[in-house]
Amino acid sequence: MVRCLSIIICLALLSFMLPAPALGSETESMSVQVREGQIRATPSHLGSVVARAFYGDMVALLEERGDWRKVSLRDGKLQGWMHSTALTSKRIILSSGEADVKTSVVRGEIALAGKGFSEEIEDEYREANKDLDYTWVNRMEEAGTDPEQMRAFLAAGALSPRLEGGRP
Amino acid sequence: MKTFPLRTLILSISLAGLIACNAAERMTAAATDAAERTGLITRTHGDSIRAGMAAVSKSLEEFTPEQEYYIGRSVGAVILSNHSVLKDQGVQSYVTLLGHTIAAASDMPELFSGYHFLVLDSDDINAFATPGGHVFITRGLIRCCRNEDALAAVLAHEIGHIQLRHGMQAIEKARTTEALTIIAREGLKTLGPGETAQLTGIFGNVISDITSTMINSGYSRSFEYQADAAALSILRRAGYSPEALVGMLEIMENYIEPGRADFARTHPSPRSRISELKKNSALLESLDIPRVRTDRFIRHAGHLL
Repeated sequence: MVRCLSIIICLALLSFMLPAPALGSETESMSVQVREGQIRATPSHLGSVVARAFYGDMVALLEERGDWRKVSLRDGKLQGWMHSTALTSKRIILSSGEADVKTSVVRGEIALAGKGFSEEIEDEYREANKDLDYTWVNRMEEAGTDPEQMRAFLAAGALSPRLEGGRP
Repeated sequence: MKTFPLRTLILSISLAGLIACNAAERMTAAATDAAERTGLITRTHGDSIRAGMAAVSKSLEEFTPEQEYYIGRSVGAVILSNHSVLKDQGVQSYVTLLGHTIAAASDMPELFSGYHFLVLDSDDINAFATPGGHVFITRGLIRCCRNEDALAAVLAHEIGHIQLRHGMQAIEKARTTEALTIIAREGLKTLGPGETAQLTGIFGNVISDITSTMINSGYSRSFEYQADAAALSILRRAGYSPEALVGMLEIMENYIEPGRADFARTHPSPRSRISELKKNSALLESLDIPRVRTDRFIRHAGHLL
């Protein structure tokens, strides 16, 4: 009986030792983790883009709706909706060497921009693999779709998305 | 030590649990989605299940979206060194617009540099998706489609591989650890030439791990079935008929040539994929496909069939 109880207690303790899910801290500020994030008028990929935020920009979290986050940036001068997958609770550091970087990296609190597998490493790799041609990789990355085009495409195809921008 | 066996037992249970978690994670994700949709569990319940899973797959998470993008670009360059691009701007623009529309309905609509689509000029039945969001499909695969919903299904399957991070999981575990160790060191100081060369070497091996899996050996059957299940849910959200995936696979069954170095080698047979999809009957909805949509497909891609 005592042994059984101790197993249960140990397992319970073990479960507390597992990393807790990060569900946003009290400060409620997040970083843009995509190169160029769209801030939209409504919580939808069909919503007009009212502003743009860039890699590493910090935004303040105002409201959550499904997978969408209402954020403000540049001292609250701009507000709008971003999809949660464009944001991270980690702080993105654009240059290394800051004093608190070491412990923060270990704790997974920050992410380093332009480090690891980066443009620099790609350049080195291309230098060693001159037969590889990136022309079409670059060209395919140029094509974008704006919300107006997407709305027109859906309408012309008699498509009415039931759920969009992630999970219900 | 009286308590020793007890400790060993707990440790074994925990370890076994951790190992099983990784494999079970993908299945759990699909089951959680389905349970939410059918109302078996609430969204809050679903989120906490997913949060628990996320804690387990930490190491791959340490690669930023930016790093996955750079991996993706080079994987794309390797694929393009073996394939030529279809010189047909009409088809390219149509596939791109369709791709962007359904990517917005995926679980991962935002990537570092977004999604990018390119049609390859090849009779092979083939498609590739890089961790950076570059999606390639062949003319031969478009030939298996009879309407826009089927083409949407093809693209949704590839987007499924990206959202489930199958490409990243093709990297050897030891390589992941090695890379993350150097990258963590890079946080403290600028890498010297030796370390940069070492990281470039690892980068090259990462690209080889991913491309040889995609081009030669293929993902596991379970990854393919998971991408098919993800495709059903993406199609449903975007308003396409999920059943179109089955229709496309039935046509592929007629076109696929055993022994060819394409889907015939890297994917489970269309028949196995169909029977697996039918087990997922709750998601396998059949919706009417409006004429205007099929007309649009024929107008843009009919000449490839």
